Amino acid sequence: MAKLIVNGEDQEVQLPATVADLIKQNNVAQPEMVSVQVNEEFVDREEFATLQLNEGDEVDFLYFMGGGAYV
Amino acid sequence: MFDFTEEELNRYSRHILLQDVGVEGQEKIREGKVLVIGAGGLGAPVAMYLAAAGVGTIGIVDGDVVDLSNLQRQIIHTTADVDKWKVESAKETINAINPHVKVNAHREFLMADNALDLIKEYDFVVDGTDNFPVKFLINDACVMAGKPFSHGGILRFEGQTFTHLPGTACYRCMFKTPPPAGAVPTCSQAGVLGAIAGMLGTIQAAETLKYLTGVGELLTNKLLTFNAKTMDFRKINVKKTDKCPICGTNPTVTELIDYEQAACNLKNH
Repeated sequence: MAKLIVNGEDQEVQLPATVADLIKQNNVAQPEMVSVQVNEEFVDREEFATLQLNEGDEVDFLYFMGGGAYV
Repeated sequence: MFDFTEEELNRYSRHILLQDVGVEGQEKIREGKVLVIGAGGLGAPVAMYLAAAGVGTIGIVDGDVVDLSNLQRQIIHTTADVDKWKVESAKETINAINPHVKVNAHREFLMADNALDLIKEYDFVVDGTDNFPVKFLINDACVMAGKPFSHGGILRFEGQTFTHLPGTACYRCMFKTPPPAGAVPTCSQAGVLGAIAGMLGTIQAAETLKYLTGVGELLTNKLLTFNAKTMDFRKINVKKTDKCPICGTNPTVTELIDYEQAACNLKNH
């Protein structure tokens, strides 16, 4: 098992794993709606299935959030 | 040098006492012109705190009327304001809080054809809207016009915000394009704890005042997120990216776009 930092918290992950695998393991509700950073660089959606994660990687999931007034 | 009346010096005394603000900072606040887009959950606390703070000119953009279901979080409106234009109701509240503030009530919806004109005369823009087409429009218009703005989003028990200055990460650096209409719920569909709007709106108001006075570090190149269920706050470092469709090296977004909004949102806001 390798240690990754996911959304600021340590997470044990079985490597090899891609960004898409990690999204699946974290039960992201609408994976097509999440924006992903690895080590503070945004990852293109097209690379989710191919980009391999490494020990110690910092991964952030950013979610769309509406809210406020309808204008 | 500063022509504050005795009444104003007294009114703003708790700002003036702050070493970082002082009379000079209060003068910058008074000279400030801020456009608040949306007089709803986020725009309400933003406009009220900016009014109380003595921001000289506050513009409010909203083409909607007050609905009873708004009052759970849109504290600038009261029960007696139901069915009034939100900009009128907001203006009355602002004037009641602070008669020194000049309020520009823009009773219209922000669209691709009026966005640049509306933001033109302001120093800082606050996104208090609840839907992605307008959030992208605000981002694009501000990036194009070189205007600083505060982004805000809330949903259920969560909120997120960042501040953009020309040259720092923009909304499209983080989220390239709007989600398909209806794919991500808005508050009108998913609900929101009313106080969350206050938590996020007051952060946006504080960022606005920091910008006007030049005090502290803004939330640039950072996305602040919080979850009120756990009260976990997190600041995520984000970078301006060369691949950004609007502020990157080969921008594909070269004009403002009115994106489609899910029809259900139009009826149930």
